[in-house]
Amino acid sequence: MSTDTRPAAPRQRSAPAPRPGRGPARRRKPFGNPVAGVGSLIWLVIVLVPLYTLVSASLMRQDQALNGDPLAIPTDPTLENYNTVLDSGFLTLLGNTAIVAVVTVVLVLVFSVPVAYVAVRTRSRLSSLAFRTFLLGVAIPAQAVIVPLYLLIGKMGLYDTLWAIILPTAAFAMPVAVLVLSGTMRDVSEEMYEAMSLDGASPVRMLWQLAVPLSRAGISTVAIFSALQAWNGFLFPLILTQSEENRVLTLGLFNFMTQFGVNIPAVLAAIVLSVVPIFAVYLVARRALVNGLMGVGGK
Amino acid sequence: MSHHTPVAKTRGDRKAAVGNVGRPPVSWALPGIVFFAVFAIIPLGIAVYLSFCDWDGLNSPSLTGLDNWSRLFKDSEFGQAAWLSLLLTTISWVFQTPVALLLGVWAAGRQRSRAVLSAIFFIPLLLSTTAIAMLFHALLDPNFGVIKEIGPWIGVDPNVMGSSTGALLVVAFVGGWQFMPFHTLIYQGGARQIPEVLYQAASIDGAGMVRQFFHITLPQLRHTMTTSSVLMIVGSLTYFDTVLIMTKGGPGTDTTILPYLMYRTGFQTYDLGYAAAIATALVVVATGISLIMVRLSGFGSMRSTREGM
Repeated sequence: MSTDTRPAAPRQRSAPAPRPGRGPARRRKPFGNPVAGVGSLIWLVIVLVPLYTLVSASLMRQDQALNGDPLAIPTDPTLENYNTVLDSGFLTLLGNTAIVAVVTVVLVLVFSVPVAYVAVRTRSRLSSLAFRTFLLGVAIPAQAVIVPLYLLIGKMGLYDTLWAIILPTAAFAMPVAVLVLSGTMRDVSEEMYEAMSLDGASPVRMLWQLAVPLSRAGISTVAIFSALQAWNGFLFPLILTQSEENRVLTLGLFNFMTQFGVNIPAVLAAIVLSVVPIFAVYLVARRALVNGLMGVGGK
Repeated sequence: MSHHTPVAKTRGDRKAAVGNVGRPPVSWALPGIVFFAVFAIIPLGIAVYLSFCDWDGLNSPSLTGLDNWSRLFKDSEFGQAAWLSLLLTTISWVFQTPVALLLGVWAAGRQRSRAVLSAIFFIPLLLSTTAIAMLFHALLDPNFGVIKEIGPWIGVDPNVMGSSTGALLVVAFVGGWQFMPFHTLIYQGGARQIPEVLYQAASIDGAGMVRQFFHITLPQLRHTMTTSSVLMIVGSLTYFDTVLIMTKGGPGTDTTILPYLMYRTGFQTYDLGYAAAIATALVVVATGISLIMVRLSGFGSMRSTREGM
């Protein structure tokens, strides 16, 4: 994690392990440049061609997209497709999805921060067990529990409400949240806790005035990551909601696909519109998201 | 010091000296644990229970003993779905691991150009699986014709979705297109943690860059590889949106992987007990593979992987 400013904790490796500073760029030159460099350019093309087509064809009139060369630059760009999408209830979808994302993030943080704090700050068997359970939770696929959730959500009377999407989504975002948060909280040095405890600070104060402020990086990673999960989730809305008024973006997109049929430019315009908000967040908060995910593989 | 958490292993001794002043009560973790249990752990248990039931989604589930399970083992559709899941997972792993490893190690360098490219590579991860599946569905649509333009260039038959092998490869490719940035980042993070001195020592010994890659980079990344592989395997065992949107399990049933079979059984024919049995089988396979990977890569790997998080 980039937030870790101390030397790595000693492990089984014999090397004294100083933090790799700004160095790694230079050392890989001869290998990195010819093979991986060319590879990365190929991958760039693979990534960009579909994205380019997505945007350019969404600006085409239907006849140009279907009869002309779909890779050409739109000769007569139009926003007509976007109007079609906006007239098809897109704003309801957007509103519902935003509610789901915001509430999910709040729930994930409210539930995960204390768990991570306890996992880092206590040494009881119980907290170790809880931590391990969350660790295993990473491997539980949502599909595995969708049938029982259908039963459970029905019994709770939440079927076809936004809560039916929010609650399982938040629960399934928790394992990663706990792992990331406990990682950043562990980077808060023991000395600072000691200093605070000498001042007679309560655990609550230590959490609020030390652990939380110093874990801002982890907290923003978790927030963005959970929001992304909620924004892009498909299975829970598909199975646990039904009516149009509770429809979220992903499900709405799926419906557009049948509704617009061969009007591919309109389908593509709907996809573009669904990505715009997430893309805006990415531009603002890229660092938090990227560094958090990178930490998953660190060490 | 007999029961420190594995989390705090390396700093446990120091903590012991300080004592328990100012430590939070374990009960603080309870709301989070209960919440997670209600929506993730307990449903897992209910899934196992439902796998012994007959349930149509309307009436109450009724116990039928081992019926679903004996049916499962005789069901050729389940056999095919399990095989296809395994195949798709293997293809995905073989496709994603080398590419993500190379891109990740490459992106670990801190040049500006690499940072810019990495930022572009990340974009697919922002899109929902739904959006990506729909995008590729459109790109491969014979009416739209992008595939007609590009296909011949790269040796892809425009009617690739019509063939069984082609459709499965497309699903694997689309999954890779989406998740490559995630695994690239994991490897990038791992590569940046490799101590510089190892490379310096190797250079002094006269090891070339290729040797350094195979003797330092790869071995040093083995824990990273475990993490990435487990996530990759569990991820591709559960590709569902892609299949539902792009192939509907077809042509025929040739891309009907386990999660899609479960969805069809559960929520299209409302045979939810049997669907629960399929779901349970899916978890067993996913957890089994993860545990095997963790074991194979060394007992301590999960711990030291976790230390970096």
